[in-house]
Amino acid sequence: MRHTLSVLVENKPGALMRVTSMFARRGFNIESLAVGPTERHDVSRITLRVDCAPGTLEQIEKQMHKLVNVLRVQELVAGESVERELALLKVAAPASKRAELMTLAEAFHARVADLGPDSIVFELVGTPEEIDSFEELVRPHGLQELGRTGRLGLGRAAKSKSPRPQHVLA
Amino acid sequence: MIGTGADGILRALEAEGVEVIFGLPGGAILPLYDAMARGTTVRHVLARHEQGAGHMAQGYARASGRVGVCVATSGPGATNLVTPIADAWMDSTPLVCITGQVRSNLIGTDAFQECDITGITIPIVKHSWLVQDVRELPEIIKAAFHVARTGRCGPVLVDVPRDVQEAELDFSYPDAVSLPGWKPPRRGHARQIAATAQAVAAAERPILYVGGGVLNAHATDELLELAERGRLPVVTTLMAKGAFPESHELHAGWPGMHGPKWSNWALNKADLIVAVGARFDDRVTGKLSAFAPGATVVHLDIDAAEISKIRHADIPVVGPLKSVLAELAETLEPVPGRTERWLAQIAEWRDAYPLRYAEDGDELKPQRVLELLQELTADRDVVFTTGVGQHQMWAMQYLRCDAPRSFITSGGLGTMGYGVPAAVGAKAARPDATVVCVDGDGCFQMTQQELATAVLEELPVVVVIVNNGYLGMVRQWQDMFFEERFSQIHLTQALPDYALLARAYGGLGFTAETEEELREALVTALDSGRACVIDARVDPREHCFPMIPSGAAAVDVIEYTPDGQEVIA
Repeated sequence: MRHTLSVLVENKPGALMRVTSMFARRGFNIESLAVGPTERHDVSRITLRVDCAPGTLEQIEKQMHKLVNVLRVQELVAGESVERELALLKVAAPASKRAELMTLAEAFHARVADLGPDSIVFELVGTPEEIDSFEELVRPHGLQELGRTGRLGLGRAAKSKSPRPQHVLA
Repeated sequence: MIGTGADGILRALEAEGVEVIFGLPGGAILPLYDAMARGTTVRHVLARHEQGAGHMAQGYARASGRVGVCVATSGPGATNLVTPIADAWMDSTPLVCITGQVRSNLIGTDAFQECDITGITIPIVKHSWLVQDVRELPEIIKAAFHVARTGRCGPVLVDVPRDVQEAELDFSYPDAVSLPGWKPPRRGHARQIAATAQAVAAAERPILYVGGGVLNAHATDELLELAERGRLPVVTTLMAKGAFPESHELHAGWPGMHGPKWSNWALNKADLIVAVGARFDDRVTGKLSAFAPGATVVHLDIDAAEISKIRHADIPVVGPLKSVLAELAETLEPVPGRTERWLAQIAEWRDAYPLRYAEDGDELKPQRVLELLQELTADRDVVFTTGVGQHQMWAMQYLRCDAPRSFITSGGLGTMGYGVPAAVGAKAARPDATVVCVDGDGCFQMTQQELATAVLEELPVVVVIVNNGYLGMVRQWQDMFFEERFSQIHLTQALPDYALLARAYGGLGFTAETEEELREALVTALDSGRACVIDARVDPREHCFPMIPSGAAAVDVIEYTPDGQEVIA
């Protein structure tokens, strides 16, 4: 089963390596990982996606808590969190295909980040699932390059009681 | 107080109350050794190899219950510490390792004797620091000691570039550390402790399965109180040998691969296992799916990650064992007489399945070496250390340890060569105790150079080599599980001449081929006050029994029988 973990770590040299090394050493697999600053300059957020059994998830959380640089480990539960990912996709775009691609992009609220004579770079922010769909749809047109950030997540502004916006997938 | 970073390291060690450190100098740590020459209250023991220094610090820590400290230079000095660090990690030994590093401006350039020791050791330390600014040094040393000895004990590493050691520092030692991510549990949950007390009172066949955590927690008195109050049998793992007095009627031996059958049966046939600072190691459980199938499990541990890591814990209690055990003993309302039938059953097994070996033939039996050592040290304040292999298992079986911290061995990592340097470190911690290293001939040859340290630093230890001329445990496995295809195990009994080697190092050397010679050598050595090596030449064909074959159920013990047949009970 897949889980998203949001981990706050001290912004110190080697903090990320200590986390990833623990995963490697104990045979836990990381599907995606995103690291960046938070509202505090001395704290970074690592968002991890793992595929594991519930017992393993518990081990992962406990082992992470033992790392001196790790401040908090939280599982982002679907419905109670917001998850987003950014993707850049360079797609072959001969003049004859452009209109079709632009229609697709519009449907996904993807922006054109760069435009060349033979290709377009799309920029898409969405749930990882939306990005998966967009990727599949443009692939037949010739997906030349793809870069994804890995998912980022936060607990929701209003906890579970308020109605969820449509695009948050359960 | 104005000085250098190196002075600051020493002032910090002094402030921590460190009495002795173990190390070996080299280029990148020269400023620290120069500061030592300028004066410190800390004694430095000069090892002959950094691995020796590391194991000495471990032996010191385990014999004293304090943090061990070792020092090495950059590059190969630091990498030679990797084995002791890994060993300390596996056995939860509190250790602060201080390494020199190349100058800050050379880091990353593949400079002479540069290696990324903080990177190399990440999987085997609780935490590590590369000191980048001399002003951080006092707080980092403070934090290093704090992390090493709080929560589950273990090794930490502080890597100090040479220019940081040389830089000017206005030293003051902080009163507190700021480690927002380090929050070891302060006490066990009262409700969980109450649930444990109820489970213990209700059990018909309870057992305390005690690991090394009890020693790290300084909780042996509380353990004794709990066991006696509840009339609970106690098995102690290899790491906990001595944590519960072995001559106590409630002691039920040692579980695991070479534990007696009755101990393994007691643990495996219990209806309630209370694991106390133990981690269900594979050498204890054997085949996990067959381990103690009928038992409810209570797991008391300071490390939450050990709970349900291997065996599901029905009642987990996370907290410091000293207070957890004390509260448990207080809460427990034992039903009088409830465990007596169970205790009688264990005693019956004990009488039915004693440790046995063939006492025939002319050759000295290895088990007899340990029996004799036990007999001649029985009335002494003694600390035993061991290497790893058959001799270690015989030491576990035949030595009686009634006092905590009297048996120091490499359990989790199984580090051959641990015994001699660990003994030297233990002697530094407890100079008034008789320190005996029970070693194998293979193990001894891995770290024998530390005899020089023992002699010159006046840390006299007695090394008893159970010399069968083979890598004996490997021989046993090749004999039993590889159809007697012996491969690359013959070391020979006579080369080197260990007694001569001991004399070459300035110690006393003895060779014993008979029981009489051994007795005489031991009597002389134990009272000599000198570093001694006793080369006890034993029957190389002797196997270590009982044995649970790797991957077998712990109840399926292979036993020695007098007719020479190995049977599964």
